[in-house]
Amino acid sequence: MALGISHYLSVAAILFTIGIFGIFLNRKNVIVILMSIELLLLSVNINFVAFSVFLNDLVGQIFTLLVLTVAAAEAAIGLAILVVYFRNRGSIAVEDINMMKG
Amino acid sequence: MVLQELFFYLFAAIAVASAFMVIAARNPVHSVLFLIACFINAAGLFVLIGAEYLAMLLIVVYVGAVMVLFLFVVMMLDVDFAEMRQGVLQYLPVGALIGFILLAELIMAVSGWYFAPEAFGHGAEPMQSAEQVQNIAAIGQVLYTKYIFYFQTCGIILLVAMVGAIVLTLRHKKNVKRQDISEQVARSPETSIEVVSVENRKGI
Repeated sequence: MALGISHYLSVAAILFTIGIFGIFLNRKNVIVILMSIELLLLSVNINFVAFSVFLNDLVGQIFTLLVLTVAAAEAAIGLAILVVYFRNRGSIAVEDINMMKG
Repeated sequence: MVLQELFFYLFAAIAVASAFMVIAARNPVHSVLFLIACFINAAGLFVLIGAEYLAMLLIVVYVGAVMVLFLFVVMMLDVDFAEMRQGVLQYLPVGALIGFILLAELIMAVSGWYFAPEAFGHGAEPMQSAEQVQNIAAIGQVLYTKYIFYFQTCGIILLVAMVGAIVLTLRHKKNVKRQDISEQVARSPETSIEVVSVENRKGI
C-alpha cells in the first residue's frame, strides 16, 4: 500500500486530538496549553501540505507559510504576556487569572 | 518505495509519541524538548512528501526560534510545576472523552470522502514537477508575485508582534543610571558647581 493522503491526514488527526487532549489535561498550566496550541497548528499545517502535494496545488504551502508566521507571532505575544503576568502576580496558574471577572 | 513507507512510519510514530509526551511530561522543560522532537519529525514528514522548503522553515523558525523562546520562558519563570499537575487526574476523563469524540469525528470525516477526478491539478497554482523546478523556487515564484500582499502582511504581523512583545516586557528600573543627552547638554555652571566656603581646620 503506497503512501496516500490518508496516511498524512491520519497523523494530523492524531496530533490534533493530542493537542485538544493536552489543553484539557493541563488546564492549570498556561505554558503547556500554549504548547498544545502549537501542536494543533502543526497538525493543521500537515493537513495543508498533504492536500497541497496531493492536489498538485502550491497555495496550500503558501498558506502554511502564513500559518507559521501567525503562530510565531502568537507564541511571542503569549509568552510576553505570561512573563508580565508572572512579574505582577508571581503565579501563572490559570485559575488565578480572574482579575477581569470574565 | 518501501524505504519511503518505512521512514513515514518512523517519523509519524516518533512525532505522535513525542506529541503525547508533550502533554504528559511532568517537567515543562521536558515538554518543550519533546515538542522540538515532534517538530523535527514533522519536518521529516514534510521532506518525505516533497515540501522541503517548509520542512527547513519548520526547523529554523520553530525549533530555532519559537521553541527556544519557550525554553527560555520556562526556565526563567520560577513556578512550582508539581503543584500545577495536581488536578490532572480530575480532568482526565472529560479530556479523554472529548478527545475520543473528536478523533472519531475526524476518522469519519477522513474515511468518507474521495477526490473528484477532475480536481487534480486544477488548483490556483498548479505545481510543476520536482525535476523541472525546485520546491523553494516554485514557492518563491508565486509568493513574491501573486501573493506579495499576503507576504507583506506577514511582515507587518511580525513587526507588530515584535513591538508588542518589547512594549509588554520592557520595564525601566528606577535606580539604574541612564544617559540623558538633553540633560547633559543643558548643564550650566550654576547647576553643576556648588561653591562651598570651608572653615579653617574643618572638613566639609
